[in-house]
Amino acid sequence: MSTSPDFLQITGLKTHFPVESGLVFRKVVGTVKAVDGVNLNLKQGEILGLVGESGCGKSTLGRTILQLIPATEGTVVLGGKTLTDLPANELRAARADFQMIFQDPYASLNPRMTVYSTLAEALQAHSSVKKNELPKLVGELMERVGLSPRYIRKYPHEFSGGQRQRIAIARALAVKPKLIIADEPVSALDVSIQAQIINLLAKLSKEMDLTLVFISHDLSVVKHISDRIAVMYLGRIVELGPASEVFDTPKHPYTKALVSAIPSLDPDMERTRQRIILQGDPPSPLNPPKGCPFHPRCSSAIDACKIDRPEFLTCGNQQVACIRANEIN
Amino acid sequence: MALLEVNNLTTNFHTRNGVVRAVNDVSFSVNRGETLGIVGESGSGKSVTCYSLMRLIPQPPGRIESGSAIFDGTDLLSCSERTLRGIRGKRVAMIFQDPMTSLNPYLRIEDQLIEPLLIHEKTNRADAVKRAIRGLEEVGIQDAKNRIRSYPHEFSGGMRQRVMIAMAMITKPDLLIADEPTTALDVTVQAQILELIKKEQKANGTAVIFISHDLGVVAGFCDRVNVMYAGRIVETAGTREVYYHPQHPYNRALQKSRPTGDMKGNELYTIPGLPPDLSRPIEGCAFAPRCEFAADVCRSQPAHLKVIQSGHFSACTRIQNKEITL
Repeated sequence: MSTSPDFLQITGLKTHFPVESGLVFRKVVGTVKAVDGVNLNLKQGEILGLVGESGCGKSTLGRTILQLIPATEGTVVLGGKTLTDLPANELRAARADFQMIFQDPYASLNPRMTVYSTLAEALQAHSSVKKNELPKLVGELMERVGLSPRYIRKYPHEFSGGQRQRIAIARALAVKPKLIIADEPVSALDVSIQAQIINLLAKLSKEMDLTLVFISHDLSVVKHISDRIAVMYLGRIVELGPASEVFDTPKHPYTKALVSAIPSLDPDMERTRQRIILQGDPPSPLNPPKGCPFHPRCSSAIDACKIDRPEFLTCGNQQVACIRANEIN
Repeated sequence: MALLEVNNLTTNFHTRNGVVRAVNDVSFSVNRGETLGIVGESGSGKSVTCYSLMRLIPQPPGRIESGSAIFDGTDLLSCSERTLRGIRGKRVAMIFQDPMTSLNPYLRIEDQLIEPLLIHEKTNRADAVKRAIRGLEEVGIQDAKNRIRSYPHEFSGGMRQRVMIAMAMITKPDLLIADEPTTALDVTVQAQILELIKKEQKANGTAVIFISHDLGVVAGFCDRVNVMYAGRIVETAGTREVYYHPQHPYNRALQKSRPTGDMKGNELYTIPGLPPDLSRPIEGCAFAPRCEFAADVCRSQPAHLKVIQSGHFSACTRIQNKEITL
């Protein structure tokens, strides 16, 4: 694995949305830089956790990787194919290699389609499967995600949230993808059900050598499943490194605040520890602060932070976008 | 004497698909200045319990079948609407999960903030606005004088929740019911809001009922915790006891299935199966089908809360009989 080039290469990826105003003569009055220069490399079979607060661009990044939103700049290379340059028909064929799982399993499944028709449609989408083989294949898929095939004729409303998320996972697996982007797959589920889905995703990734990008706002969930964690703030990755190190010894002041905000199950510790409480809300991506986008909320900010956008520094095993990373740690 | 004492509260929903027993024989009490946590998964009855106390359950289909809720001498469940209106929003306030749907999008923050003062304290408008501005400043909204003229959509989620807190606290209530107040917010903003509720609580000596599905949030915030499952309280004790010495298999399982500190590679502990369908009668303990310790007695005999040790109650029959320890 070490000799092979990275399976997924993202270089200088930007996704900008124009903001228009006016009723008849619409003018572009601004740009939301949802993703603003992201570089990432993933090996096959690797699980990357992507965390950040709402509005930081993590979902947009996920969707841009899959070409569901066109990239403004930069390239995405998956298994040697440059997705950002592919013509529409080839991109369509390439979609068998990458799939997405969405947050809300109530909205992402068609309520008028049975489990069978949902999964059969996905199976037929990219390969010519014989009709008489479909029931068997659908049954296998269902078993793979821990659903009993006897529910094959049921509709989504007859399932609980966790079971629906299993159906959505089965649908993503139907085309035998190599990359899955899971956008907050457990956020809508109860704690006891979350654990089941996380275990399932970890197991599938191992069994099928799947590359998984796991997007979540919940660091503790991400830490459990990921090999590496990328922390996003205002369209950029601010820290990237091995999961345990990002979590246990965060280097970027923003990651530190995020980790310290996670509530623990230990009442004594909760009462005594010093929390870093960030002031205010994340700034608007329409008008991001100059220099380091985090400097208005950062307790270690100095004047130099307001001038230039920080480049990645290597700090231990982590990449940190903070000019003071080596000083403050 | 307790500020609020709830006895044998039972709330059912009479739906086309049968009677859903959302809250089943729930009793608890809250002392002045205390913080009580109610934790459980969705459908466990934690919100319905509190909505019942305020008589905010839509009736029909809901019906409060029995029970009493004595708040400082008045039974909230049987008093007249008029009496209740004098208490609700004045002495008992509530904050909800989604600050967008609980603020009126057509009205300026100002009008919404002063409404409780105009109704309950008969203050004139100018004084009320002054107090509202002070209230906004207290919850950390800068430039409150101008911001008070804004509409809810001009605020971010965290700011809206601050406005909700300011609105709830403006009458200096004795009891604040917070129904998942931070669930819709980011973790960093969640930390700010929790800090703020704590500060307001200290300043006014308010008792808080804090509803959450997140055991972590409750651990740092509450003095005592009720764990609910399938419409019943299955365990209640001081916070340290609930976390360090769980006395109900459901509580322990819930804590174990949370991914904290655990390294990658270890499989997460999971609770098998699904919560029960509350529209069907449940024989025995509701958690028995998912419980690793379940015995025949659990499936046949209903489980009731009993004291395990001073201040610590559990509804697990086998723990009560000292057959198992967790």
